[in-house]
Amino acid sequence: MSEHFDAIVVGAGPSGNACAYTMAKAGMNVLQIDRGEYPGSKNVQGAILYSDALERIIPDFRDSAPLERHVSELRFWMLSETSNTSASHRNDGFEDGKPDRYTILRAPFDKWFSKKVREAGAVLITETTVVDLVKNDKGKVIGVLTDREGGPIYADVVVLAEGVNGVVGQRAKLRPELKPQHVALAVKETHFFPEEVIRERFNLQGEDDGVVIEVLGSVTSGMVGTAFLYTNKESISIGVGCLLADFAKTKIPPYELLDRFKRHPAVVPLLRGGEMKEYVAHLIPEGGYDAIPNLTGDGWVIVGDAGQFVNAVHREGSNLAMTTGRLAGECLAELKAQGLAPTNDNLKLFRDRLGESFVMKDMKKYRKVPHLLEKNRQLFATYPRAINQVMQAYFRVDGMDKRSKEGIALRNVAKARGGWWSVATDLVKVARAWR
Amino acid sequence: MDEPIIEGLDPPPPAPTGLNILVCIKQVPDSAQIRVHPVTNTIMRQGVPTIINPYDLFALEEAMRLRDEYGGQVTVLCMGPPMAEDALRRALGLGADRAVLITDRRFAGSDTLATSFALATALGKIAEERAIDIVFTGKQTIDGDTAQVGPGIARRMGLNQLTYVSAIDSLDMGRRSIVVRRRSEGGVQVLRSALPCLITMLEDSNVVRRGSIQDMLRAARAPVTIWSAEEAGVEDPLKCGLRGSPTVVKRVFAPSPREESAEMVTVEGKDPARIGEAIIDLIFARDPKLEVALTATAS
Ligand SMILES: Cc1cc2nc3c(=O)[nH]c(=O)nc-3n(C[C@H](O)[C@H](O)[C@H](O)COP(=O)(O)OP(=O)(O)OC[C@H]3O[C@@H](n4cnc5c(N)ncnc54)[C@H](O)[C@@H]3O)c2cc1C
Repeated sequence: MSEHFDAIVVGAGPSGNACAYTMAKAGMNVLQIDRGEYPGSKNVQGAILYSDALERIIPDFRDSAPLERHVSELRFWMLSETSNTSASHRNDGFEDGKPDRYTILRAPFDKWFSKKVREAGAVLITETTVVDLVKNDKGKVIGVLTDREGGPIYADVVVLAEGVNGVVGQRAKLRPELKPQHVALAVKETHFFPEEVIRERFNLQGEDDGVVIEVLGSVTSGMVGTAFLYTNKESISIGVGCLLADFAKTKIPPYELLDRFKRHPAVVPLLRGGEMKEYVAHLIPEGGYDAIPNLTGDGWVIVGDAGQFVNAVHREGSNLAMTTGRLAGECLAELKAQGLAPTNDNLKLFRDRLGESFVMKDMKKYRKVPHLLEKNRQLFATYPRAINQVMQAYFRVDGMDKRSKEGIALRNVAKARGGWWSVATDLVKVARAWR
Repeated sequence: MDEPIIEGLDPPPPAPTGLNILVCIKQVPDSAQIRVHPVTNTIMRQGVPTIINPYDLFALEEAMRLRDEYGGQVTVLCMGPPMAEDALRRALGLGADRAVLITDRRFAGSDTLATSFALATALGKIAEERAIDIVFTGKQTIDGDTAQVGPGIARRMGLNQLTYVSAIDSLDMGRRSIVVRRRSEGGVQVLRSALPCLITMLEDSNVVRRGSIQDMLRAARAPVTIWSAEEAGVEDPLKCGLRGSPTVVKRVFAPSPREESAEMVTVEGKDPARIGEAIIDLIFARDPKLEVALTATAS
């Protein structure tokens, strides 16, 4: 006896959960499969959760989701080897007490989300890897094969929410293999501290407010990438990520890079005395708009990281995953309600909705950024260093008058890039990519 | 969790024939991932995943092997908080037929005495439906390490207890007897017992199977029977939970890491006596006090 479902969702990360939840709520008979011991057991994220995307799926998520701290302060650091120039933005006036972002730990968060999915009526099986898609003689996807005995399981549609390096889509030739210049490799550690220590070190005001720090500069050793440091309830997540292609070129081991970041004078006092308990590595799709594969076909849909939906500039990923998952779920439920099969033609509904959403608009807006960064590594090394030098020189009280200082500072910036012309071109390039 | 029951996919009705086997399992924190709070020295459970006590899996596998060979039904029984349902569902996914969770605030804080009382009572309740042939437990749990619950249940239910069993040699349904191998200090004992009996399984006595996709689907939907203390037949609340537990935890502490660390020493040469002396010299050079103490006792 082989069962038939309305939909099979491969993966129980944010995109798969959003999709399975939406379809199950709409009354569809949904099977979700994840290879982890439990949903989220191997998933990695910094992790910032953006409220809006989840609120559109589970409006009252704040009542039960395991949230660590709401982010009331964003700090941006620009580091050179020994100095730090920073900016920050703080906001304590959240509308109706509903902060727009939180820090989370992915394991408990994914578990919670998955419970909601099951309560909505989806059937979940874990510790099961989907190894291939089953197609009929016309090439339509009609089910999945897993690594367990008992044969294939069939469904009208298969949703691939398998994450950035899921192999099912690649194996079935639905999406191309990852290119090293389209993915970043991020490594992350979690350091544990008593709550009071975290509150003191980061000047936290209330019970649950938190700080996230995004870092640019010498920490990536000239590679295209960033570092981060986020406050959780009783721990700090610290990590760094750079393009895989750059790691390959520089041959710097990722943990070494993270170690250097941890030894930076700006970071040392924040981590002192903690207990490191977790070291993880994960890929982040950063190819942008041009790396997005075909998202639909006869009997299949791709959502989340598997579709390269990450906005690297704004460090958004999980919200795009949830939004693409939700939109796919809504469209599949609508097709089902209208008695329409999930063929590539009918799935135009999903492609159109996605195109109208902020997801595609943002992906399009930053379309040129990956190309820009790939070819202009100076943006990551030269400018942060130059800016720190300027600050140092400018604020030093050494008998030199301020006008002369300004002149030297400006000349230093130009010198760092080998002339004003280069600086001007850099500005134009960035402005163009941003537009 | 209320799973929608889909027609034609209900779990098979309880088999009226064959063995009625009960396996007691416990949900435990994955001890490999437990942290001790650096300041308060208490165990931090936040974010620590839970697993089925690894020793119990060998008991479950052995129970399923007997079922597959002689027919019957395997029921997993667990006492724990509501989230222990996860452990039972995992056991169903491995191939168990039925699951019962006994959960009640009154069970909180149970030591091995109170636990074996609660489990034995629930087993008695289950036996009212149909007599139990074998009760299995793991050798011990990884979070308590006492190995007392299995024997406690056997004593309360008046069952023969076969502990530290490494293999089941044969089972005679007609004569209602079982032959097992039991690891003892001196070697291996081959024991025959009448049924019903209680067996605690040793680790590595079998290889735990992987359920089929159908097992997993069934597990995801099968209802887990959930009983409160009262529903499990517990009448005397004084024997449950903290009140029924004479064990007192005096102190919990994280052992401080030892200062000294191991060191590898290399000594060249072929003559064993010389090598021995050279090593002893090295040790005494490291720890002169030891030399003084040892020579004092020797003379
Ligand atoms: C270090 C780091 C920091 C990040 N920080 C942030 C942040 O602060 N904010 C943010 O919004 N985003 C962040 N992201 C991005 C974010 O984590 C991802 O965008 C998001 O997790 C994508 O969700 P997903 O559901 O598409 O994929 P995933 O979360 O990767 O989930 C995929 C799931 O599919 C399962 N799976 C894969 N293949 C199979 C198979 N064959 N069979 C069965 N199951 C399978 C996996 O087990 C997994 O559970 C970060 C990422 C990293 C690596």
